[in-house]
Amino acid sequence: MADRNLLNSRQMAHFTARGFLRFDAVVPDSINRAFLCEIGVVDGVDQNTGIDGIAEHHARIMASSAVPVVPAGTLLADAYPQGCALGKLMALPEVLGTIESLVGKGCLFDHHFLHVTFPERFFEAEGRRNVSQHLHQDSTIDLRRAFDVQILYFPHEVTREMGGTRFVPGTHLRVVSEAAISRYQNILGQQHIVCPAGTLFFMHHGIWHGGGVNLSDHLRYMFKIRLCPIVRQTRLWNTSDLPEDHLEQRPIFWLNKQPDPEHIHSMLTRPEPWHEQDTGRLEYLNRIRMWRYLLGDERFDADYWITRVENEPE
Amino acid sequence: MALRQQVLVLYLKSSALDTEVIGWANYDGTGETAHMAGDSDDPPYRTGIGALRDGWRLLQATPLAPHATGDEYRTSYLKYEFFFEKLVDADG
Repeated sequence: MADRNLLNSRQMAHFTARGFLRFDAVVPDSINRAFLCEIGVVDGVDQNTGIDGIAEHHARIMASSAVPVVPAGTLLADAYPQGCALGKLMALPEVLGTIESLVGKGCLFDHHFLHVTFPERFFEAEGRRNVSQHLHQDSTIDLRRAFDVQILYFPHEVTREMGGTRFVPGTHLRVVSEAAISRYQNILGQQHIVCPAGTLFFMHHGIWHGGGVNLSDHLRYMFKIRLCPIVRQTRLWNTSDLPEDHLEQRPIFWLNKQPDPEHIHSMLTRPEPWHEQDTGRLEYLNRIRMWRYLLGDERFDADYWITRVENEPE
Repeated sequence: MALRQQVLVLYLKSSALDTEVIGWANYDGTGETAHMAGDSDDPPYRTGIGALRDGWRLLQATPLAPHATGDEYRTSYLKYEFFFEKLVDADG
């Protein structure tokens, strides 16, 4: 077994509550440079010369076989050749451990895609407007309790001007139909990814997101990989830090001291800026249900939210 | 006079117009401004009332509907959507 760094319980609770985990500059520069070189970015993203147009650039990279063409449903372990940059990336201890913690061993490759965001001048040349992507949820309506994970790999530094992926933390448990949420131009608490080279995001498949508009002079590259579990996602992380009183309830509302913000129950009941007054509480219930699934224990509750509405004495 | 419609969509924290804005969108029929997804991290007004006081006319508010049986705990689209408009003289 290769070395892998499994997630801890607080990281899992963060993923449950907010739908993502962020690892800044976790991919070494040697892999970042190798990846950019393999897709034909010779001298870093500052070098845009020789690119004819948006469609032509996409077509050239696809035709180059720099990114392997892999059937959906392939074992992840068989998806990437070991010697290539993506093979090396997938073998990093942080990547192995995070994948195993979230979707388990033997997970399946769903699809991958290299997203390229072009600067203004490419759109001007084609008489098109340079705009951001509408907010959306990937794939289609998904009612599962199980979840897929999407890895977002940023092989070079992303500045605010470059329009890194925009996403809304905590939206992953909302059931919507893909681009039906396009009308929501801005949501309080939305984040625009600004990061150093080699940053990875691991996102729940349901998180609301969209590509930003690139207002810099440089092309922006982001590689996305979707992975699916083949095992129930229960206690796959390093659970050794789960406290003994994890199933016990805390005093609520009337308190003589502020609750510990790092307590897992606090993390699962922390509101997002965009939460509606009433449905924010439903988000707590849905997070608690996801944590029950991850824990494999239907007795779990945080701050009595589910116990209260399940209490029906005979 | 050529009237054009500007549309403001606000999503509020509850069904009350005096609660905080949590989401927003602008569509400008005059063509003077062109908004897009992610173009602002700060809401244009703190509450729905703020838009009324600035001259926006309320066109539509989401009705309050009973929860479908079996679907009571499911969260989905933003719940409290308010459409506003301004009519602007495009020649003016």
